[in-house]
Amino acid sequence: MDLSAINPVLLIASLMVAATPLLLAAIGELVVEKAGVLNLGVEGMMIVGAISGFAIAVESGSPMLGFAAAALGGAVLSLLFALLTQFALANQVASGLALTLFGLGLSALMGQSYVGIKPPATAQLNIPVLSDLPVVGPILFGHDPVLYFGILLVALVWALLKFSRIGLILRAVGESHDAAHALGYKVVTIRVLAILFGGACAGLGGAYISLIRVPQWTEGMTAGVGWIALALVVFASWKPWRALLGAYLFGGITVLQLNLQAAGVAIPVEYLAMSPYLITILVLVILSADKSRAPGSLGKTFHASQ
Amino acid sequence: MSQPLLTLDGLTKAYPGVVANDTVSFEIAEGEVHALLGENGAGKSTLVKMIYGLVKPDSGQMHLRGAPFQPAEPRAARADGIAMVFQHFSLFDALNVAENVALGMETPPPMRDLAHQIRTVSETYGLPLDPYRTVGDLSAGERQRVEIIRCLLQDPKLLIMDEPTSVLTPQEVEILFQTLEKLRSEGTSILYISHKLEEIRTLCDHATILRLGKVVGECVPRDTTAREMAEMMVGTALKTPERAGRDLGEVTLDISGLSVPAPSDFGTALKNLHLRVRAGEILGIGGVAGNGQDELLSVLSGEVTVEADAITLRGQPIGRLGPNARRDLGVLAAPEERLGHAAAPDMSLTENALLTGAVRRGLAKSGLINWAATRSFAQEIIAAFDVRTPGPGNAARSLSGGNLQKFVVGREILQEPDVLVINQPTWGVDAAAAAAIRQALLDLAAQGAAIICISQDLDELMEISDHFAALNEGRLSSARPTDGLSVDEIGLMMGGAHGMEVAHV
Repeated sequence: MDLSAINPVLLIASLMVAATPLLLAAIGELVVEKAGVLNLGVEGMMIVGAISGFAIAVESGSPMLGFAAAALGGAVLSLLFALLTQFALANQVASGLALTLFGLGLSALMGQSYVGIKPPATAQLNIPVLSDLPVVGPILFGHDPVLYFGILLVALVWALLKFSRIGLILRAVGESHDAAHALGYKVVTIRVLAILFGGACAGLGGAYISLIRVPQWTEGMTAGVGWIALALVVFASWKPWRALLGAYLFGGITVLQLNLQAAGVAIPVEYLAMSPYLITILVLVILSADKSRAPGSLGKTFHASQ
Repeated sequence: MSQPLLTLDGLTKAYPGVVANDTVSFEIAEGEVHALLGENGAGKSTLVKMIYGLVKPDSGQMHLRGAPFQPAEPRAARADGIAMVFQHFSLFDALNVAENVALGMETPPPMRDLAHQIRTVSETYGLPLDPYRTVGDLSAGERQRVEIIRCLLQDPKLLIMDEPTSVLTPQEVEILFQTLEKLRSEGTSILYISHKLEEIRTLCDHATILRLGKVVGECVPRDTTAREMAEMMVGTALKTPERAGRDLGEVTLDISGLSVPAPSDFGTALKNLHLRVRAGEILGIGGVAGNGQDELLSVLSGEVTVEADAITLRGQPIGRLGPNARRDLGVLAAPEERLGHAAAPDMSLTENALLTGAVRRGLAKSGLINWAATRSFAQEIIAAFDVRTPGPGNAARSLSGGNLQKFVVGREILQEPDVLVINQPTWGVDAAAAAAIRQALLDLAAQGAAIICISQDLDELMEISDHFAALNEGRLSSARPTDGLSVDEIGLMMGGAHGMEVAHV
C-alpha cells in the first residue's frame, strides 16, 4: 500500500471532472421537479446526449459543436416525454422509465459506427500565469469550459429560482398547478419549457462523459449516472447548492476510492466501490433533516378543465 | 341610476351533457354588494369564472362601464380591475405571504416594497399579516386574508368573493363584513357568492338567484326572508327538519381526560378532552376547521387507538379497539372527506357499501364476500336516501357531492349504530339534500342512538343538536344546552377572533 502515490491536487482536479456529468444532469432535473414534473428518463436523455455529442464532434471536429448537439439531442428526446405527459396526460413515472429504455436502445443504434473512435480533444482553459500557479492552477484554472459552465449554471438556477419572477412562477406551478392555473399562469407551457431545459442539461452531462471524462463511445456508458442524479435531487432537498455539494462529494469519493484501489488499500474492492453511494446518501440525508419538502404537485398530472 | 359597472347579457356556457349557464343576464351597479345565490351545481362558479376570464362563454356579451368586456385570461380581467377571492384558496403552501401576493399581481414591486405595502394595507383594513410567514403555517382565516389583500393591492373595481365565510368564526365573519363595508363605501363593487342566507341579508344590496344555470329571480335581500330566498334557490317549498321531543337515555359514550399527540406536523394535538353522549342525544361540536376535528373523529372511529379506559361504551373500555371492532360494538363514523376517506373514489357504490358495512351486515363470511347481499345493501341505501345515480355499479367519484354524502351517511345509518360520529355532514351539499341528511340524523337519534355531529356550520348545529361544545386548538369546551345559546357565547366558546381587529379607518 502506498498512499503517497495519491496526489491531492490531481485528486481534486479529477473529482471536479468526475462530478460534472452528474451535476449537469441533476441541476436540469432539479428545475424539472421544481416545476412539478417527475422525469425518470434522465439516464436515457444523458446517453442520447452522449452519442449525439460524440457523433457531431467526430464529424465536425469541433467539441463545442458536439456539446451543442448533445444539448439539442437531450432536449429533443425530452420533448417526447413532454408530449406524452403534458398533452397526452400519460403517467409520468411510466413515461420516464420508457424514455430511459428508449434512449438506451436508440443510442446503441446511433453509435454503431462510432465504437473505438477517439473524439477531438476539448481545449482546456489556459490562462497565462493563473493556470501555471502551483496547486491553485490545476484545481481552479486548468479545466475545460463545460465544467465552469456547470458551476455557473448552478449559480444561475439558484438565483433565478430565488430572486426572479420567472423562478417564482416556476415554483408556484410546481407547488400547486391548480392554483397557478386559477391565477392565469400557463402551467403546461412552463412545464414543457422546464422539461426541455432538463433534457438539454442531461444531454450536456452525457456528452461530458463521452467527450471529456472517458473520451470514447461505448454502449450504456453513462452507467447509471442519470439515476444517481435523480436521487441526488431528492437528497439535496431540491436546493441547487446542495446538489453541487452532493455531486462533488460523490465525484470526490468515486475518484478517491479508485485511487485507493490503485494504491492497494487492504479494504475489499466491493466496499470501496459502494462507498460513493453510501457516503453521499448518508451526508445528504443528514443535511435534508430540515423541513424542506418536495414540490406539492410533483408527479401529478395537470388537466386544465377543473 | 348611473351606468352600471358590469352588465352581463345572455351569457351561455355549455359543457358536454350540461348547460352550466343558460342566457344569464344581470347588472352590477357601482359600489354595490351584489349577491349571487344558488345551490351547488346552479352554475355560480362557471359564471364568475367567465367574468374572471378563466372560462370563455359560448355566447352572450359582457360590458364593463359600457365598453365591451371579453377577458381572454385572468390577467386581462385583473388589468380591467376585476379581482377574485377563491372558494378553494388559490394559495401556494410552500411560499411565503409576499410571494403569494406577488403571484397574483401583474407587475409586482420588488419584494421589500411589496412586504411594506402588505403591512400597510393589511393594517388599514384590520387584517394583520406578516408578509414573510409561510402560507402553509397559517390558519384558514389568515389564509383568506392573504387572498383578500392580494386583491386589494390591485385596487379592484369589482371584487368577486366565492363563499368567503365558510371557514371563519362568527367574529371573523363580522370583521370581514366591516372590511367589505369599507370597500363599498370607497366605491368598490362586490359580487358575493354564498348560500348562507342570513349573511346575504345583512350584507348585500341586491341578489340574483340562479337555478340550474338560469336566472330564476332577483330580490332585495333586506326585504326578503331567508325562507323565500331558499325556496327560490331550490324551486320548491322547503321542509324544515322536525325535532321531536326526545327523552335522553343512559350515557352511551364517555370520554374522560383524553389527550392525543398531533399525528403530523400540520395536525392538532387533542388536550384533556371530556365528553359524554347519552342515548337519543345529538351532541354538536363546533369550531373552526383545523382545531382538532379530524383528530377527534379518528380517535372516536378507532383509526387512532388510545388507552383502553380513555373511551368507554356503556362502561366498557374500547380505547384500544380498531375501527372494525368498534363497528361490531355499534360505534360508526362518517368522516368529512367524502372522496378518499369516507368512500374510495374509484370503487363502485357496492364495493364502498361493503367497506364499512361488512361487519355489521354480515356481508363477508370466512373471507369470502357475499356480493348479492352487498349489492342489495347498496340498493337499499340508494332507495332509502334518494341517492341519484344510475345504479350501485357506478363509481363513487361519479356522484355529485350531495349524492355521495347521502350515500355515505345512509350507509352508516342503515347499519343501526348505537353511536354515530359524523364530521361535516352537509359540507358542500345543496339545501334539499342537507335538509334530508339532518332529518335522517334526527330520526336516528329519536330511535335512541347517540350522535356526535362535528360541523362548522353553526346554524346546522343549532338546528339539530341538543348540546353544543366547541373545539379550539385541540381543547373541547364543556357542553351546553343549545336552547338559549347566543351567537356571541358560541363565538367565545370557539376561541374568539384569533387576533383579528376591527378596521381602523
